Amino acid sequence: MRFHYLEPRTAAEAISLLEQWGDQARVMAGGTDLMMQMRNRIVCPDQVVDITYIPGLDYIDYDDRRGLRVGALTTIRSLETSSLIRQRYPVISQAASQLGSSAIRNVATVGGNLCNAAPSADMAPALIALSARARILSRAGERTVSLESFFTGPGSTVLRTGELLIEILVPPLPPGARAVYRKHTIRGSVEPAIAGVAAMVTAGRGRVCQDIRIVLGAVAGTPLRAQNAEDALRGKPLEETLISQGAQLAAQEARPISDVRASAGYRREMVRVLTGRAIKEAMLQ
Amino acid sequence: MKQLITLRVNGADEEILVEPWWDLAYVLRQVLHLTGTKIGCRTGNCGSCTVLVDGKAVRSCLYPVMKARGRDILTIEGLKGEQGGLHPLQESFVQHYAVQCGYCTPGMIMAAKALLDENPHPSEEEIKKGMAGNLCRCTGYHKIVEAIQAVSGSPLPQ
Repeated sequence: MRFHYLEPRTAAEAISLLEQWGDQARVMAGGTDLMMQMRNRIVCPDQVVDITYIPGLDYIDYDDRRGLRVGALTTIRSLETSSLIRQRYPVISQAASQLGSSAIRNVATVGGNLCNAAPSADMAPALIALSARARILSRAGERTVSLESFFTGPGSTVLRTGELLIEILVPPLPPGARAVYRKHTIRGSVEPAIAGVAAMVTAGRGRVCQDIRIVLGAVAGTPLRAQNAEDALRGKPLEETLISQGAQLAAQEARPISDVRASAGYRREMVRVLTGRAIKEAMLQ
Repeated sequence: MKQLITLRVNGADEEILVEPWWDLAYVLRQVLHLTGTKIGCRTGNCGSCTVLVDGKAVRSCLYPVMKARGRDILTIEGLKGEQGGLHPLQESFVQHYAVQCGYCTPGMIMAAKALLDENPHPSEEEIKKGMAGNLCRCTGYHKIVEAIQAVSGSPLPQ
């Protein structure tokens, strides 16, 4: 693989370069996905725009009004270990801890994980369950989209040429909301998810589910809301039988493929298992 | 067009000519002739290329050399004990028979050093989780975990 290595020092410079080079350019953040894809000739950009020299994109901030704001260049490791995240949004730390290995997490960024848009992206289901939004910068200014609508297919997002993801915003959690992310892999660590489930449950008195969001990863072209499962559970007391029914619905909503890692049927079954477990674990928190 | 860059490797400044697409593992091995760092999978999965950059474990096979400018790089060659001999981790790996073919060993030791630098007294479970990114085909991992435990001061398994 050969490329020109560009190192803009400001977001404006990066955007200008991306506009200039269009399809011939790729953004590099941590580089853990891109280097591997270039080496395997999955992508062959002429120009690699390394955005990690741009200051002010690596931060984790919180206030009670706006909630959480995470810069796109924040490493997965930072999200895993941040005491603020562990305290206020533990599911983000939980998802981060299940991404790759520690050496990958030290370098990989949340923006990179989302923009790479693998169907199995580990940060996506949890953030979508939390109703996160993506703040995107271009020459024209800024726009914000829901993370749920950010993904358009395997490896593709709503980002247009000359646009840069700069921040993820997560609204304050409703009181009583608890979220969990569980992924299933073959050997138990390091691998991409065969199936991943994030569940956010807002429970009221008597185990009544005031709200629930269930997001499936790795079992469709993009992360997928299991809305049938949600509708079946919302407003009802979450007893064992109902949770099982919800898990079954989620499994039916999944659209998995068979590949080298697992068959579609196995992935579907794992969605059923993980959904049940995620909901119960969220209830126990 | 090659570029002249400076890398700080094991405490020494190295001025080298590199192509911008070269990864750190390639540069360490082929340009600096520090062949202790190994290349196994070239996809960041096996861990044999693990080095420390600014004290953090990274996959040098996926780390563009250009990103390494201005940072402190530590490879297996840079480890030594207080009196100049083997680093305690290296000594422990030898004493516990945690080395067979030796190919995973430099990556294992660098990953273990990063783990212990962050968490000096890990439990057995924390060691296993922390070392999950390093694969070994020879040892079956038990002796590697023991070697790390011995250095960390945690009790050995029964």
